[in-house]
Amino acid sequence: MNPFSSGTRLRDMIRAIRACKTAAEERAVVRKECAAIRAAINENDQEYRHRNLAKLMFIHMLGYPTHFGQMECLKLIASAGFPEKRIGYLGLMLLLDERQEVLMLVTNSLKQDLNHNNQYIVGLALCALGNICSAEMARDLAPEVERLLQFRDPNIRKKAALCSIRIIKKVPDLAENFINPTASLLKEKHHGVLITGIQLCTDLCKLCPEALEYFRKRCTEGLVKTLKDIANSPYAPEYDIAGITDPFLHIRLLRLLRVLGQGDADASDCMNDILAQVATKTESNKNAGNAILYECVETIMSIEDNGGLRVLAINILGRFLSNRDNNIRYVALNMLMKAMSVDTQAVQRHRATILECVKDSDASIRKRALELVYLLVNETNVKPLTKELIDYLEVSELEFKGDLTAKICSIVEKFSPEKIWYIDQMLKVLSEAGNFVKDDVCHALIVLISNASDLHGYTVRALYRAFQASSEQESLVRVAVWCIGEYGDLLVNNVGMLDIEDPITVTESDAVDVVETAMKRDTSDLTTKAMALIALLKLSSRFPSCSERIREIIVQHKGNFVLELQQRSIEFNSVLEKHKNIRSALVERMPVLDEATFSGRKAGSMALTVSASPASSLKVPNGTAKPLAAPLVDLLDLSSDDAPAPSSSGGDFLQDLLGVDLAPASTPSSTSLATKAGADALLDLLSIGSTPVPSSSPAVDIFSLTEDKKPPVTTTLDGLSSPSAPPPHAASQPAAAPILDLLDGLSSSPPAPVDNGTSPAYPSIVAFESSYLRINFSFTKPTGNLQATEIQATFTNLSQNVYTDFIFQAAVPKFLQLHLDPASGNTLSAGGNESIKQTLRITNSQHGKKSLVMRIRITYKMNGKDMLEEGQINNFPREL
Amino acid sequence: MIHFVVLISRQGKVRLTKWYSPYSQKERTKVIRELSGLVLNRGPKLSNFVEWRGLKVVYKRYASLYFCMCIDPEDNELEILEIIHHYVEILDRYFGSVCELDLIYNFHKAYYVLDELLIAGELQESSKKTIARLIAAQDSLVEAAKEEANSISNIIAQATK
Repeated sequence: MNPFSSGTRLRDMIRAIRACKTAAEERAVVRKECAAIRAAINENDQEYRHRNLAKLMFIHMLGYPTHFGQMECLKLIASAGFPEKRIGYLGLMLLLDERQEVLMLVTNSLKQDLNHNNQYIVGLALCALGNICSAEMARDLAPEVERLLQFRDPNIRKKAALCSIRIIKKVPDLAENFINPTASLLKEKHHGVLITGIQLCTDLCKLCPEALEYFRKRCTEGLVKTLKDIANSPYAPEYDIAGITDPFLHIRLLRLLRVLGQGDADASDCMNDILAQVATKTESNKNAGNAILYECVETIMSIEDNGGLRVLAINILGRFLSNRDNNIRYVALNMLMKAMSVDTQAVQRHRATILECVKDSDASIRKRALELVYLLVNETNVKPLTKELIDYLEVSELEFKGDLTAKICSIVEKFSPEKIWYIDQMLKVLSEAGNFVKDDVCHALIVLISNASDLHGYTVRALYRAFQASSEQESLVRVAVWCIGEYGDLLVNNVGMLDIEDPITVTESDAVDVVETAMKRDTSDLTTKAMALIALLKLSSRFPSCSERIREIIVQHKGNFVLELQQRSIEFNSVLEKHKNIRSALVERMPVLDEATFSGRKAGSMALTVSASPASSLKVPNGTAKPLAAPLVDLLDLSSDDAPAPSSSGGDFLQDLLGVDLAPASTPSSTSLATKAGADALLDLLSIGSTPVPSSSPAVDIFSLTEDKKPPVTTTLDGLSSPSAPPPHAASQPAAAPILDLLDGLSSSPPAPVDNGTSPAYPSIVAFESSYLRINFSFTKPTGNLQATEIQATFTNLSQNVYTDFIFQAAVPKFLQLHLDPASGNTLSAGGNESIKQTLRITNSQHGKKSLVMRIRITYKMNGKDMLEEGQINNFPREL
Repeated sequence: MIHFVVLISRQGKVRLTKWYSPYSQKERTKVIRELSGLVLNRGPKLSNFVEWRGLKVVYKRYASLYFCMCIDPEDNELEILEIIHHYVEILDRYFGSVCELDLIYNFHKAYYVLDELLIAGELQESSKKTIARLIAAQDSLVEAAKEEANSISNIIAQATK
């Protein structure tokens, strides 16, 4: 006899493992046992095979690897006796899962066992098949299972029914074969068969529309009768639970009726009576009864409308909601969520109770209730609900605050009736749970504050107070610092007092104190510190008396290890010291932030489609109208310190202050665009042309503004440029091209007249045109460098669909060098009314000998479908 | 549908696991660790439901053992509680007032009972009597086989004496 396998019995091994005091001891015992089992496997020991497998299962349960025992399962299953098969199948289900290849080897044994003349062996095989079969096995063995649905013993029929569920889930194509046998199962009296048959029928209906149609027509009445019988049946001890006969059968019947009644008025009609009976007669003092009522309510809510029944259902939920049992309240909240879509008013009646549930000690209930409250909020009840939620925020548990804060912010943003209320609520949230407030919420708040010009004073004072009360909330500090920087003078002078405010006395140095504190807080992150520096710079002009002190604070960061802070510190210091004449203009108050831009961009960045073109180009005229307004951004970007104040595009500085360089998160393209716009305008104003200027969409807008003022000039210029524009390959283009090209000339050629003084104009070309897309190129040459060319590419959508994820790629031969700037967006709206612009810079090392040539490739998504277009551009003007 | 059944002791030891949806060994260990952290730390008065990875875990404590079943979000949580109770009652009848030790030393029997109760994550039988009868019939088959084997080995032993 084998010296190892004779060893311990299963019981002894378990005892030995349980006796272990430490994990190391346990590992040692398990290692020894595993070694013995391996040895036995190698010797092909038969006598103790089932004992070894049982041991392995226990070891497996403790979490040790047991893959070496998998083949033993197969051997046991293949042996003749029932005890071996029983343990073998158990091991198979425990040690293997459907994704293991070994499982395929068992298919044959399963097939034999499904045809075995011992019904218990058939039962074992069905059970294993139902629990772990893979799609291939399901296909192979489906006929056997189908046959077993009509087996003489009901206990096999019920196992076969559940096994069929697994099979049709793995291979939905097989569902049709099971429709007929299932229909006969529904007529059975045996509860086990009935329960499993109904379950199979439900899954069939979900998977296969034909099955649903079939069962709806033929079985609805029968099922209603079965439910009626079981609901009215006398006491049956075998199936009785808490005075109800077989609640499991009740529930499954109700569930199947729900599937049959959904979307079918006749079937729904047929079941109204019995649903009403179940809803009214079921005892609700025990869990079993409540489980039935719960299922019944869901069925009533799902089937076609019957007013009376729905009232009944909502009343049951009301009773559930006031139940003291947490489980019942949980399911009530769950169900009310579904009822929202059916009858909002009825759910609103329970608002107070639901609100109480938000404060429950049970996290599961709180979470459900919060979701429900969120759905319940509307314009009329937003104020009281928000108040309740914010009050609760103070006392809520730490791990719940994140969820709660996000929901409150979302509610406030969505439903706020007036700006002052919005600001008040957000201030409360910020002081209570500022660390949980997301960045975009802060941005939205700042945009809103900036737009509420009559509330600037009020807001900055409120923030000052809030900061004094709690300065450990990061988001609060940021908003406060920003507002004090912008509206510090209103804070000190108590400008724009509202009646509801208490007057406060804040000196100029108090205001600076706040910013200094924010700067010096250990917990402040980089963004906050950077914002504080800017606020200080702004305050230096608002409070001339504190100017020297502010400079000292700024100078402290001259040696900061963080490049961003160091740079700002040095630059600001130089502004303060050397450029007093432009300082006041530099740090003027920000122009009103555009809400539409912000929300548009927010939506855009959420969908990961950043499109800056429409909104920000609208903003630029604002910038030109106030050419000297707050050019902080541009200041940071211009290399020359002596640069006079350039004009700025108003739209993007929020982004720049809050996001650029620190958090390169949302819209890189739009920011670079804004700075370029500024630079462009600068060139325009001063006619300096020393560096090539990428002309981007805002620039074009600026020019079109000038164009408006001087229509004759532009037209003549256009007249000059357009006729000379026809592309060399115009003949090969569709007939419409020249006309379109003329129109395009209006939008893309204006840069040329402006640059006329410094460099010759080149005709713009249609570089590429397909039935979906047109690409125009217009060219500028920087003076002094004949090799360099700047191409402004304009992409126009010619279809009726929106393009997303638009990417333009280009390749050039070796004698050319190509640099692509970021595009103005990656979404191209339909119908050609908007376009994406992108600047390409090309250096032609063979200038004069060879002309430009380029290969392009455009990818984008149209209606979710990936599109690819490719082409070669040969029609560049020769002198480039 | 029930995705898996797990029995965990109050000390976090696993006493039974049954998977009806595919989870790799690695995931299984992770799932059990996560769940025991979630379930064992809940107070006694709280609801028996925990939302977890988009699914729901219904658990109930009997003496030192937590019976957990993981279900789809649209399933009937109250019914699962009844199924758990159903299982416990059958175990109780089978072992004669069951305790944790019974389930440790006879874990395979707990599995056999479960296999008569659930297949493919769905309930198979609502009658405790039927299940008891089926288990007893199969146990007696095993006993018969054992006796037969013993008698054969006796005959061989006597023959070779």
